[in-house]
Amino acid sequence: MASGVKPRVKVPKKAAAGEAITIKSLISHKMESGQRKDKSGNPIPRSIINRFVVDFNGENVIDVTLEPAISTNPYFEFEATVPAEGEFTFTWYDDDGSVYDTAKKVKIG
Amino acid sequence: MDFTRRETLAMGAGAALLTVLPFRANAAVDDLINQFTGGAAVAEGGVDLTAPEIAENGNTVPISVDAAGASAIMVLAAGNPTPPVATFNFGPLAASQSASTRIRLAGTQDVIAIAKLADGSFARASKTVKVTIGGCGG
Repeated sequence: MASGVKPRVKVPKKAAAGEAITIKSLISHKMESGQRKDKSGNPIPRSIINRFVVDFNGENVIDVTLEPAISTNPYFEFEATVPAEGEFTFTWYDDDGSVYDTAKKVKIG
Repeated sequence: MDFTRRETLAMGAGAALLTVLPFRANAAVDDLINQFTGGAAVAEGGVDLTAPEIAENGNTVPISVDAAGASAIMVLAAGNPTPPVATFNFGPLAASQSASTRIRLAGTQDVIAIAKLADGSFARASKTVKVTIGGCGG
């Protein structure tokens, strides 16, 4: 597991039913591309997050496939519809098999 | 200045190699597009790709893609050592088929977005981004 991985997500606490809300997500990860070389000229092995999935009450919002060309600390901004009260789940999949996740509740009001 | 037959042949071979190499890089991009579209025709327009004209730092270039009604959008950087950048698949709860992220660009190049639209057709947009300091540890 890559060290110091910390997911951060910005979701409004409240939304009207059916409203489109903007979600911003950031996860601290070095996203080693596999192209760089260390001081002695050996290539540094690739170590990235390769998939990012957002669900709301089990229904999919967005599913992103990440490649080495995504910057360090992958950032995503997108819009989601909130049909009812519930919970957004955010899941990041690392190359090494680790899974990072976080969840945010949204109330209707 | 006279050239022998051997020298002329060597120069010709070198020139041929130089012209073939860029085609190889483009072929990789074309292969990726074909993989995504399944060989279907790709129309210009119907997808918006926002990227800066000049990026000072190739390590974090903000881009956003937007294609109304698309089920998936693939982003490619034609001049990177590995052209694929990301593929966005939109689910039923996506309010709009748009997303923003930050990408790495190895140098000045074209960024390409291919969207799979609701009717099964494909749309494409590309934008040239000038990069002053390349990403990818170059």
